[in-house]
Amino acid sequence: MSEVPDQLLFTEDHEWLRLEDDGDVTVGITDHAQAALGELVFVEVPETGAEFAEGDACAVVESVKAASDVYCPLSGEVTEVNEALADEPELVNSSPYEDGWIFRLRPTDATVLDEMMDAEAYERYLAELED
Amino acid sequence: MKQTALYERHKAAGARIVDFGGWAMPLHYGSQIDEHHAVRQSAGMFDVSHMTVVDISGADAGPWLRYLLANNIDRLPAVGKGLYSCMLNETGGVVDDLIVYNRGPAEYRMVVNAATREADLDWMHSTADGFDVTIRERAELAMLAVQGPAARELTAPLLPAHAGADALHLGSFESFEPDAPGEYFIARTGYTGEDGWEIVLTATAALTLWDELRAAGVQPCGLGARDTLRLEAGLNLYGQDMTTQTTPLESNLAWTVAWEPEERDFMGRRALEAQRAAGPSHKLVGLLLEGRGIMRAGQVVQTSAGPGEITSGGFSPSMEQSIAFARVPTKSDEHCEVEIRKNVVPARIVKPPFVKNGRVLING
Repeated sequence: MSEVPDQLLFTEDHEWLRLEDDGDVTVGITDHAQAALGELVFVEVPETGAEFAEGDACAVVESVKAASDVYCPLSGEVTEVNEALADEPELVNSSPYEDGWIFRLRPTDATVLDEMMDAEAYERYLAELED
Repeated sequence: MKQTALYERHKAAGARIVDFGGWAMPLHYGSQIDEHHAVRQSAGMFDVSHMTVVDISGADAGPWLRYLLANNIDRLPAVGKGLYSCMLNETGGVVDDLIVYNRGPAEYRMVVNAATREADLDWMHSTADGFDVTIRERAELAMLAVQGPAARELTAPLLPAHAGADALHLGSFESFEPDAPGEYFIARTGYTGEDGWEIVLTATAALTLWDELRAAGVQPCGLGARDTLRLEAGLNLYGQDMTTQTTPLESNLAWTVAWEPEERDFMGRRALEAQRAAGPSHKLVGLLLEGRGIMRAGQVVQTSAGPGEITSGGFSPSMEQSIAFARVPTKSDEHCEVEIRKNVVPARIVKPPFVKNGRVLING
């Protein structure tokens, strides 16, 4: 059973988002996503300052098996990236919601967050996928 | 999906099961990277019962194998000796790669790949016309590979009828069959670049040996670790690194073609000789990535002599960087670039193996 923390928001692509006090949004992949991918051996983070539209491929997570895109869950500008993942991509496996965060974004329009799933909705979504 | 005799053991050990050529096989039992390191540092075991064991007998067993295989079974004068060979078609393309063992006068055993079982058996039968030979698939037998520096010493005490002492005397590519109830065939071979044995045995004996090896601390390993270990060891995977569309000369396997004696007319010889005379246009090489990323099969390689393609690629747990095999123009020099998604990443052409007997042989 995957861990789904209460205070986060989620997308159908199995990314999580956390609204920070300064208005930036931290993005990572969920416990379900990391388990499905398997052991990560490489993460390509975006460049700070890069601008992405919602749905753009903005990062890559590669497991022992295959490479997968991470899609930008909302439009905005990258303000910070998790440099630790360059040497320790396995942080995404061991700590998907904390040390394994991937990047922070200043959203163009934060109201789109209202449309994202909360923990309860994401758990229901996961349950439907398993059916 | 077909299941091996050990399927329930895999489930009980927490395996993630995947479809591998129609077989339900373990991909890993939690961490394929830990499994990889267990084999490099201590001992791991693989259920390879999906592989196809074919016993050959009959007065013409020898002459037929001399015709069928690109390597020459005359290099197997002693009973028990094993030989790696390709089996080719008329155009020199690789139908499969295999190990053939001498089991006594006019008795041989071949171990071929699981995914190619049907094509192999069809090919064997179609080439056996006019030969007095019996081709018998042994689908009822199981097969375990125990690999790693501690593999033999951990396995020896568990073999039946005091066979352990004799088994420990086996040289590389030697096999023997202990005088024990049922069937037991032990060969000092493998697909990991480490020491160890591959053991062909009955399904009942396989269950017992699996349980005893686990109790002895041998790590169950899945297909994931098997793939990274063989890649580091510079061992080709049929269907990826060579196919019916490529010859041994283009697959880093020229050393397995026995050209002498010249009068031996083996399948594919004429095509191979023509290619050898003209010089093959492509070669299979190792690649070491010098920038960041992971090389994967299918990616394009740009070399000084034109484009090539990655045939197998991934992350090397022993080297903690990406390694690959690639088929590139023969005249390529050492430096090349790999197109990894949107990036062009520098790489170096090297001569495999990357890792053998626990040691990294190629410097990053």
